[in-house]
Amino acid sequence: MRQDVSKAGGLVPLFGNGGWEAVIGLEIHVQLNTRTKMFCGCRVTFGEPPNTHVCPVCLGHPGVLPVINEKAVEYATRIALALECRIAEHTIFHRKNYFYPDLPKAYQISQYDLPLGVGGHLDVELEDGTLLPVGITRVHLEEDAGKLIHAGGASGRIDGADYSLVDFNRGGTPLVEIVTEPDIKSPEQARAFLMQLRNLVRQLGVSDVNMEEGSLRCDANVSVRRPEEPFGTKTELKNMNSFRFLHHGLEAEIERQIALLEAGESVVQETVHFDPVTGRVFTLRGKEEAHDYRYFPEPDLPPLELSREYVERIRASLPELPAARKERLIRQYGLSSKEAAILAADRPLADYFEAVAQATGEPRLSANWVLGDLSGYLNARGLDVEACPVTASALAELLGLVLEGTLSGKMAKEVFEAMAASGKCARDIVAERGLGQISDVAQLEAVVARVVEANPGPAEEYRQGRERVLGFFVGQVMKETGGQANPQLVNDLLRKHLGTAAKA
Amino acid sequence: MISREEVEHVARLARLHFAEEELVRLQSELGRIISYVEQLAELDLSGVEGTSHAVALKNVMRPDEPAPGLNQAEATVNGPVVERGQFVVPRIG
Repeated sequence: MRQDVSKAGGLVPLFGNGGWEAVIGLEIHVQLNTRTKMFCGCRVTFGEPPNTHVCPVCLGHPGVLPVINEKAVEYATRIALALECRIAEHTIFHRKNYFYPDLPKAYQISQYDLPLGVGGHLDVELEDGTLLPVGITRVHLEEDAGKLIHAGGASGRIDGADYSLVDFNRGGTPLVEIVTEPDIKSPEQARAFLMQLRNLVRQLGVSDVNMEEGSLRCDANVSVRRPEEPFGTKTELKNMNSFRFLHHGLEAEIERQIALLEAGESVVQETVHFDPVTGRVFTLRGKEEAHDYRYFPEPDLPPLELSREYVERIRASLPELPAARKERLIRQYGLSSKEAAILAADRPLADYFEAVAQATGEPRLSANWVLGDLSGYLNARGLDVEACPVTASALAELLGLVLEGTLSGKMAKEVFEAMAASGKCARDIVAERGLGQISDVAQLEAVVARVVEANPGPAEEYRQGRERVLGFFVGQVMKETGGQANPQLVNDLLRKHLGTAAKA
Repeated sequence: MISREEVEHVARLARLHFAEEELVRLQSELGRIISYVEQLAELDLSGVEGTSHAVALKNVMRPDEPAPGLNQAEATVNGPVVERGQFVVPRIG
């Protein structure tokens, strides 16, 4: 049920009121969670003392030889396949030349005209349930740069700094760059795309994809135009290191471009930085040079020619991807599209749900619990489902007690809280607290008969047609049973007894 | 041949600064080098793949196994200025 929103009338988000349309392409960098760096055996680390995970290769000393990390190639191939790219039969690395203090070789080993993967796509589920197909231009492998800390000066920013400190621990970490087609038309869509990409990559197990720690980074190419007109001049928006900043940065840049054009000025093709403090974008105009990277093939790295068998082996090892899982959850368990989307985006939660649904044989009740009480409990405590003290089989046991009538839904919530707090199983808590619901007909019937007999006045009122009196009798039965009577059964038995008495 | 602007552009990319007379000399020297190499263009190479690697190797990879590197003191020993284990570089821009 693909729906192309770019063609669906009225759904094209026009930004601002001037009838302008934004055109956005994203460049995403994903840091791979390999044990070692792209071209040397130094460990990939985060937050370690500076320059303690470095060697002559990643420090760019002369005369050293980089060697490709096979795991990085495998991980990049996984990402490219998950994005439905074609994997190149012949791919090589290039040197991208530029001077910057975080790049000790004065070139970055990257890929240029023969990237690992090309021509993929990711269909993004938008808020309104429609799908936005976003083309993936390319997926390639490269190495990360070191880390600069700007010291001195008041602002802590590049332009106010007296000098900078360089730590090369991050230098040489494997990065996968993902470039999209300019298929994105609003900051909301960009955010939705990036979230879905993050979920996808996370499920592949190849990266932590954490924006705050920098293992997921996003730059954007942005332009605006009147619909149906050719693309306007684009700028490259950098420095958006959270989902919120991505949204705000794009919003600010789109507004800036529209204001320029409406004032009769033109957009200059340049790099624009988002300043999260002021919420504004700024340029480092005059401090940059035209990009002239003089790419040439990296002579120290022989080409990669991944065999078909290799690629197919990796394809076969991919987990069920979110889009496929969502469809299956709807088909197999009768979940709503929204429920399935929530679960499919969160693999451990979906695994948990499936385990509960299979153990109980009741997918509806299981979904209500997993997406309701369980998710509420986890969210309130900021826990992942993997850290949940109530395991899937423990929840299934609890739901089994509901299904057999031992616990009412309300009691089950209480038992769930107790299970989460104590780590005990449902049956133990029910026994300890004497919580079991009385569903034994004979036992309840005796109580009901007694209550009806002891209250001839209200019984008579009921027979006169005062339905509301039934509530009084239910209350009396609950009092007698310490609140443990099965409410539905009590209702049925009371009607039967009050009715019977009437006939008598 | 190479234009004066191209010489200046290449010098800027290489972060090299030249006096006026050096630029004049370099333009002429670089021009001669380029003409020399351009003789290759006389050959008909249509249908011949460009060579990026002289040795016919492929798929040379290593397992993802950590290997010892340098410690902080060793890593920074050649840095002209080092502060708290980091290389100090002039302000950027």
